[in-house]
Amino acid sequence: MRAYLLSRLGQTVLVVFLSLTAVFFLTRLGGDPVLLFLPMDIQAKDLTEFRERLGFNDPLPVQYARFVGRAALGDFGESLRYKQDALGLVLERLPATLRLGLTALALTFLVAVPVGVLSAVRRGSAIDFLGMGAAVLGQAVPGFWLGLMLIYLFSVRLGWLPTGGTGGALHFVMPCVVLASFYAARMARLTRSSVLDTLNEEFVLTARAKGLAERIVIAKHALKNSAIPIVTLAGLDTGQLLGGAVITETIFAWPGLGRLTVQALLNRDFPVVLAAVFVFSVTYTLINLAVDLLYGWLDPRTRRARA
Amino acid sequence: MSTFLRRHGRGVLGLAIAALVVVAAVAAPLLVAHDPLESDFALGLKPPGTPGHPLGTDQLGRDLLARVLYGTRVALFIGICCVLLTAVVGGLLGLLAGYFEGWLGAVLMRVADVQLSFPFILLALTINAIVGLGLRNIIVSLSVAGWVVYARVVRGEVLSVKEREFVHAAQALGLGRARLLFRHILPNVAPSIVIVASLQFAQFIVAEAAISFLGFGVQPPTPAWGSMLSESRDYLYVAWWLAAFPGAALALTALGINLVGDWLRDVLDPRFRV
Repeated sequence: MRAYLLSRLGQTVLVVFLSLTAVFFLTRLGGDPVLLFLPMDIQAKDLTEFRERLGFNDPLPVQYARFVGRAALGDFGESLRYKQDALGLVLERLPATLRLGLTALALTFLVAVPVGVLSAVRRGSAIDFLGMGAAVLGQAVPGFWLGLMLIYLFSVRLGWLPTGGTGGALHFVMPCVVLASFYAARMARLTRSSVLDTLNEEFVLTARAKGLAERIVIAKHALKNSAIPIVTLAGLDTGQLLGGAVITETIFAWPGLGRLTVQALLNRDFPVVLAAVFVFSVTYTLINLAVDLLYGWLDPRTRRARA
Repeated sequence: MSTFLRRHGRGVLGLAIAALVVVAAVAAPLLVAHDPLESDFALGLKPPGTPGHPLGTDQLGRDLLARVLYGTRVALFIGICCVLLTAVVGGLLGLLAGYFEGWLGAVLMRVADVQLSFPFILLALTINAIVGLGLRNIIVSLSVAGWVVYARVVRGEVLSVKEREFVHAAQALGLGRARLLFRHILPNVAPSIVIVASLQFAQFIVAEAAISFLGFGVQPPTPAWGSMLSESRDYLYVAWWLAAFPGAALALTALGINLVGDWLRDVLDPRFRV
């Protein structure tokens, strides 16, 4: 187990390193951002001086080596726009994104699993039809459009909810619904098909044959065995929720990592972009690791497969 | 009849929606008299139902119906280009990586890991912000972010297909590698490529709209749904139709493609899950 964990963590470090390298060269490919941050009527001498100060005059390999050396110590440089430590800025915004993402994830589970299980158990019923119809629609409706329509209805017309920003619990409602809609739809469908598969297994027949109540057959025998695909998808989605946050945060002016990243990209504020890439990929790979560890608990067979 | 509907109902509905969308794209100039770029400042922000402008006009007095219909062309063009590019490049790389394993497969899967350590939309957005805006660059960005899925799926399939008896038999007969790969292995992995393509198609169109919505991607005045929605935000209090119709067109398109994709998956390979 220890060896497995260590090798997985090693892989994480490698993946994060490679993605930072890729983004570093991509940002340098796009030309240097100096001109964007200086007034139009700047003298050529000042321009060279500014470039020199930021290290843009050095050869690319030198810049890269310096970047790697500093990044290893958690130093991504100073934000070109905010004149603040880039990683500090990113980490400052991370909690807001996590709060939103985790609430949306909880909402996804709370809606999707019951709908999926009910649709499977009452296959072909009105619940199944409505639930799956809603799920197919939910997958097709883009989050940012849903967001605009919700703002129009609940903020502009009815005045019930704030259009954006943070504050009380009310501020969470629309961003969470928007973020959760797509993932809840997909998870409900997967839960349904996964439960349907399990209900055909022989151990379910055995459980029924020995006279267990249907409720217990579903809750204790079928559900736990249907959980693996659901957990896999939840793990994948938790990462994707971080990506969805990029759009949701922009619509609802949510002061999180996603919005910061979009602004940094628009401003070509590369230290912040690189720091955000770092935090995104670390979070994402750690979530995947947690999901893999969960398998071991859900399905002991996978533990042996690893050894 | 009822079993046919149960099995193929979604496919029929999806194909009907998809046909509608394609007709809207192809016949846009016949369906609407206005040019999507022609502005008329005297007629700005008119609501739906205005004579001559069934869906109303935008802030510059441009006909919204024309813009939504021409937007279909932009969306489908981007979606089709991305799907073709990623299917060919990703499929080919997956085929080679699966067949030759070795260093090529190892490098390819490492690249895939790195790409997959990132949410798709964020990856496409970052690439687009760096390579630049516009129609061509958004196609490139989405394709670079999206090819991995094919490579992974195809490689996995090839790994198992190439151990099957008919492949060994073909090898024993002395067939060349190219013939073996393209005549015998490719047809066996083709259904997976079709399934992934149908699932990716809608994702590309929605992602393009999202990226254009954020201010990257396709730029105004090109009538792309994403940038139309982005502009509509400033007028949400006074002109709901500017946000409602382009988004509805996008959702309908995605719905049609998704329904066809689900149906294809059920028909071609019931075990397939992405």
